Order: sequence, then structure tokens, then C-alpha cells
Amino acid sequence: MALDRETVRRIAYLARIRVPEEALDGLAGELSNIIGWIEQLEEVDTTGVEPMTSVVAMEAPKRDDVVTDGNYPERVLANAPGADDEYFAVPKVVE
Amino acid sequence: MAKLTELTIADAADGLANKDFSALELTQAYIDSFDAARDLNVFITETPDLAIEQAKASDERRSKGDTAGTMDGIPIANKDLFCTEGVLTTAASHILDGFKPTYESTVSGNLKAAGAVMVGKTNLDEFAMGSATVTSYYGPTKNPWRGSNNLDLVPGGSSGGSAAAVAAQMCLGATGTDTGGSIRQPASFCGIVGMKPTYGRCSRWGVIAFASSLDQPGTFTRTVKDTAIMLQTMAGHDPKDSTSAPFELPDFTAALSGDIRGLKIGIPKEYRIDSMPEAIEKLWQQGIDWVKDAGAEIVDVSLPLTKYALPVYYIIAPAEASSNLARYDGVRFGLRVPGESLDEMYENTRGEGFGDEVLRRILIGTYALSAGYYDAYYLKAQQVRKLIAEEFNQVFENVDALLTPTAPSAAFAIGEKMDDPIAMYLNDVFTVPSSLAGLPGISVPAGLDDNNLPLGMQIIGKAFDEETVLRVAGVVESQGNFTAKPSFLAGGAS
Repeated sequence: MALDRETVRRIAYLARIRVPEEALDGLAGELSNIIGWIEQLEEVDTTGVEPMTSVVAMEAPKRDDVVTDGNYPERVLANAPGADDEYFAVPKVVE
Repeated sequence: MAKLTELTIADAADGLANKDFSALELTQAYIDSFDAARDLNVFITETPDLAIEQAKASDERRSKGDTAGTMDGIPIANKDLFCTEGVLTTAASHILDGFKPTYESTVSGNLKAAGAVMVGKTNLDEFAMGSATVTSYYGPTKNPWRGSNNLDLVPGGSSGGSAAAVAAQMCLGATGTDTGGSIRQPASFCGIVGMKPTYGRCSRWGVIAFASSLDQPGTFTRTVKDTAIMLQTMAGHDPKDSTSAPFELPDFTAALSGDIRGLKIGIPKEYRIDSMPEAIEKLWQQGIDWVKDAGAEIVDVSLPLTKYALPVYYIIAPAEASSNLARYDGVRFGLRVPGESLDEMYENTRGEGFGDEVLRRILIGTYALSAGYYDAYYLKAQQVRKLIAEEFNQVFENVDALLTPTAPSAAFAIGEKMDDPIAMYLNDVFTVPSSLAGLPGISVPAGLDDNNLPLGMQIIGKAFDEETVLRVAGVVESQGNFTAKPSFLAGGAS
């Protein structure tokens, strides 16, 4: 299926990535080529096949639902581009 | 005696044990070689001060008779995808500008605890997305091997910096990660040994995630024995990674018996593709003869779904990447590009922070997971993936390992295949299928092509049977007796 520039604009918005207007057509062409190539998978009969969910046959491990880590806000915030006291700082969200 | 930069891990460990040289002398020899090699652009960050401190600590332990094991005092490099405490970690992306983790990945931590000396963090394709180490924000890495026309060649990718560092003798071993071939293909391009163990063998904790159901840490070394030594230190169960396998580690070095008599080696006919150069076809036949001469039985096998592995991969890996890379939002770490609103800040940060290939893959993944397309693309890909894994399982009922070429070509020039993403993806045609199935694989240098560039043979094994993979690899290594060296060696040729 071919992707048009509007589709690219929409998925770029869903992914929260600014894509300049002038790049949309080029990307639409590239992504259409890749998706077109991927569509050869339609040739494979997958009727009744369970999709793969685990790479190695292994039960997911379980542990008690308790706190095992934490209490070091300074380490959590050490790489934040904006921090205030013990919080991440972001542009104003609520007026 | 050989120059210190020419040793193997096994030789260097003996030399350290015999007090022929100190860890500091060994480390200094490697660090001193970096100046001459700067043009290769192997490292994003060199860590000479840390290395010297670690080497001194290693010597101190040894003087007290208290060494931490075979890797104690051995200079290694880490792919800059492993989080290293207090040391810049970038994933070769602009979006991780200035990121210094406050924690250490389990794999690099295991090496550190075993006394290995880290000399630097190596270059890679941005977020490990690529097959040539050309999409790094920090510029491409050059292969120490040069073509007959003297063009700069790619080292393969995504772990190209690690592969080039080991090939150019700038360290004794290096870590890598392999999602669809990112260890095996660069090892083949650089004429060294590269191993991706079974999915689950090495912890992914603290490794910057690309595609979580495929990513697996592994090794670059100059010999198969060194691979066994290094893997022994890196691997093992880690409760912090829920997909880490809770199994005891076998003794990998002990697996290198050299005896493959009676083993059944499968030769999958679908790996003989039309566009394959004659030199690779010839080398493959030679490899078959080597294992046959060593007493193995050759079995022709068929894996008919092989050709669908790449399209499956290019849905699953971008889908997982689009989800994993959602965390780069300009809030918690790395780059922030301001905006009027929170949404605008996200968009500006991610628009500026991600390179072209990462953008393409996030968009493909977002599309494949979006409402109305999920069943047609993602679910379909996971179904075909299941069939591919079952196909391998069936073949492994009758054979112990598979022998194939590692890549469909030798190293190509920097700049080639850049305008055609699909041509670039085809580099991984022989490595992606086993990645989808989570199986262990190794690339062993086996010969040279018509331009005197190295070519690797791949051995694929059953899940958690690295021992057979290593045993067969050891035989291919000794029968092939590959001694060619790249035209550039950082420490100079002896």
C-alpha cells in the first residue's frame, strides 16, 4: 500500500516527531517502497498460526510485588535537561 | 616476543599470570596506539584515564595473589550502546547528548567485576540501526582493511566501531549487540570472530533498547578461544532482565575440543542466493570440505521461508523500536529543544534529535502498529516469525549445527547503498533468520575475496547450545588458518 504525504504527516504526529513540510513527499516515497517490499509476506499462508510472543520457550518469571529499588532522586534527575527540586521540569501543561 | 597489541586474550592472560608484563604496560600499549588510528573514528569516547586506573587496580590485585579471573587486566572496548556508570553513553545519537548513566549495564558490569579494563566506547549506527556504521551522529567508522582501489570501506554494522577496534588491534576484545546481524556481519567485514549467543544468554539490562525481542549482547575477538573466554564472563542469568535465561553457564572454553567427528552439519540450500559473488560460493564449499575432513557429516537441508525473514524483521524491529524510542522526549535525559507547549517540545526534540534512518524506522513502526494496520502488518509478521522459528526447530531435529556464509558480500565503500534502504537491509539476509528464532550464531574469518578483503563463515546452533557452535567454529578456524591482517594496524605491524 502506498503512503501519501498526509499519512506520513499523521504518523509523524503520532510519533511526536517534527518532519519539515518539504521532507514529506520524499519520506512518503521511501516508506511506500519499504512497505511494498514487506507486503510479500502476504504470500505466506498463516491461517491458524499463533503469533510468536516469546523467543525462547520459557515462562515469564514472577516476583513479589514489593519495592526493591529507589530513594535516590538525585540519581534519577542527574541527566534531566530541566529539573526543579525533586521534579522533572517541563513547559506549562495546564493554564 | 610478539608486540603487546598483537596478542590474543588467552596469550595476554598467560603473560599477565607469568608476570611477563603488567596490566598497566598492556593497557598503555593499546592506549598509545590510538593516536595513529584516529582517522578510523572507532571510538565515540576514549577512556584512557579510567583504563589506567583499572589497570593499576588489576596489577594491585595480582600482586596480592587475588586476581578476578582470566579477563583481569585485559583491555576491552564497549559498544556505546551499553550504559556505563559516569561515562558518556550516546547510542551514536544526537538525542542522547551529554547522557552519563548513573548505573552500569549488567554485561559491562560483569566484565568490570572480572577486572577487564575499559579503554573506550565504540561507534555504531545510530541506536544500532544499520549495517555499515554510517548513520552515527558522530560520523562513519572506517574499516582498517582497504580495498584494492584504496577506497575507504565500511566496517559493517551496527557494531562497526567494536569490530574495527579489535581488527586494528586497538583492544583485545569488544562487546557488541546483535539484533539482526550487527555482530556477525561486521566481524565478517573486518576479518575477526564475532558471536551472538542465544537470546537470553546475556542480560539486556542497561543496554539501550532497539528491538527488545531480538537484541542480544555478544563478543568481538581475534580468536574463537578468546570468544569463549570473554562470553564466559559476560553471560549468565540476571534477574533484572525478565528474558534472561535462568540456566547454569556451561564451560565454553572446554567446548573447544576440536573434535567434531560424527556431528551433523546442515547446509541450507536457500542460502545460495543469485547475487552471491563467486568467491563466497567457493569459500562456502571450502568450509563444507573442512568440516567434512574433520569427520562431520554434511546434510543438505531446506529452510524455505528464509526469504521472508527480512520483511518480517523490518516490521518487528521498527515496531519495537518505535515503542522503545518513545522514551526520548526531552524530559528525563539527553537533548531538549524548547517549544511553546509540551507536545511541541516533544516534536522539536525528536525532530532534531533523530537521524534519517531512525526516523524512517520509527515511522514504519508507528504505521505498522497504528489502528487498522496492526493485523495486516505486525500480527502477520509475528505469525511468519513463528513459522520461521518452527522451520529451524524441525531442521535441528536432524542436524547439530548449520554452516552458511555470514554476509552476501565483503565490505563495501563508505557512501554505497546509502540512497537505497532495502539494498542496505539485504546485508543481513543470512543473519536475520536465526535472530528471529533467537538462535546462537558466530562468524569466523575464513578467507579473502578477489580484492583481498576478508569473508566470514557463519555457524548457527540450537538454542542454548553455544558449545557446539564454538566447537565447530574452532575447527573452521584451525582448518581455514586465516592469518591475513588488515592494511592498517594501530600499533604498527611487527
